Amino acid sequence: MANLQSLDVAARSATTTPSPSVRQVPQVAKLIDESKCIGCKACQVACMNWNDLRDEVGQNIGVYDNPADLSPSSWTVMRFFEVEPQAGNLEWLIRKDGCMHCEDPGCLKACPSPGAIVQYGNGIVDFHQDACIGCGNCVTGCPFNIPRISKKDSKAYKCSLCSDRVSVGLEPACVKTCPTGAIGFGTKEDMVAYGNKRAAELKDRGFQNAGLYNPEGVGGTHVMYVLKHADKPELEGLPLNASISPVVSLWKGGLKPLALLGMGAAVLGGLLHYLKVGPNDADAEAKEREAS
Amino acid sequence: MSKMIQRYSERERMNHWVIAILFFMAGLSGLAFFHPSMFWLTNFFGGGPWTRILHPFLGVLMFLSFAGLMLKVWHHNKITEADKKWLTAVSEVVSGHEETLQNVGRYNGGQKVLFWIMVACMFVLLVSGIMFWQPWFADAFPIGLRRLAVLLHALSAAVLIIGVIVHVYAAIWVKGTIRAMTRGSVSEAWARKHHPAWHREMTRNG
Repeated sequence: MANLQSLDVAARSATTTPSPSVRQVPQVAKLIDESKCIGCKACQVACMNWNDLRDEVGQNIGVYDNPADLSPSSWTVMRFFEVEPQAGNLEWLIRKDGCMHCEDPGCLKACPSPGAIVQYGNGIVDFHQDACIGCGNCVTGCPFNIPRISKKDSKAYKCSLCSDRVSVGLEPACVKTCPTGAIGFGTKEDMVAYGNKRAAELKDRGFQNAGLYNPEGVGGTHVMYVLKHADKPELEGLPLNASISPVVSLWKGGLKPLALLGMGAAVLGGLLHYLKVGPNDADAEAKEREAS
Repeated sequence: MSKMIQRYSERERMNHWVIAILFFMAGLSGLAFFHPSMFWLTNFFGGGPWTRILHPFLGVLMFLSFAGLMLKVWHHNKITEADKKWLTAVSEVVSGHEETLQNVGRYNGGQKVLFWIMVACMFVLLVSGIMFWQPWFADAFPIGLRRLAVLLHALSAAVLIIGVIVHVYAAIWVKGTIRAMTRGSVSEAWARKHHPAWHREMTRNG
């Protein structure tokens, strides 16, 4: 949302020089402990409230998910999953979905507009809609299917991790409102330690595969989960090996310099060829033959 | 001045320059998004969002105008044995010795290959471009497919741009070529040297 000078910038979309990053800012993270979540959706309400968002009233789709999906006006949604991790053992899993704030953000990598997506020094990945051109490349780049393009203004929207609140020392709105303490916020280091402790407690209580979801493939995330079945994150719609698609990396990594080099080489090659071989002039040659 | 031979009709020439203008507009607006160092090109099109809005329309218009000329000339671009010979002797041609290639028709092997590369690029650009055209068509395609589409779009655009650089340079290098597309005619000496088989055909009929 806001471009807050107090939060220094670690990375900026479509920018090839370093961003202002001289100050040392602690890395922050949000930790969502699904074992403590009761699916009350207070976080959704708090998000709407703080960010002044009112989604359209939709349709009941037969499950608890409401709204049914993320949207430009719904930056977080509770997703409900009825699953059988072991045969005959039905479990009701609830996951608060929203931006994961990747350490290596695919959206930022894919964005062509300078400064439309920034990653602050504290790890928060933020969209600056005033610089957004509405191309949808962030949607293509994201490994978690998070950004949504508004039909109203053709700008991309997603969770800002309440960067405006965090910049003045407050926790994100969803964290403040959660009645069970399922959502925690602090330094990344503390949240990783706490998440691992919670996972160990869950293991003691019989969830043998409990663990912290902090996918390495995107350099870790600044929104992490404590999952009861961390070996099977797909149960709740999370990728097991989350990473930026190799297609996106090829497009934004290898192809760009190669193509520019190819174009430059073609122009330079033409120039050098002209200097070496000279014009291929049939008329001048014909005239010369006539004269001789 | 030797006798002139008609090479392109008025319609073909106009069509060619419409393609050229649209190619530059679609190309420059696309390059603006291709690399941060070229984002400033969006200034020519009214800023970032306007460039994003205009680019696909410029691209579709470029495709349609290209299709017009393509339908007119594709049958001149069938690859023949003489073209294969031209292609194997390409280094001689580039160093200025094309005397041995007396069977070059209306177009040489290089021109034909470039023509088909351009046809392929235009089709890939159109189809892949529609697949991530915001806000109308992108949502109809799954994200995995859109990723592939943007990659292919950028790749075929780069190939097309390099192809056009070659096309333009060839016209600069081979004197008397540009007037084929401005005035519509070429000199007999030009035709005899660069397209001898076509020259024989034209002078026999004319």
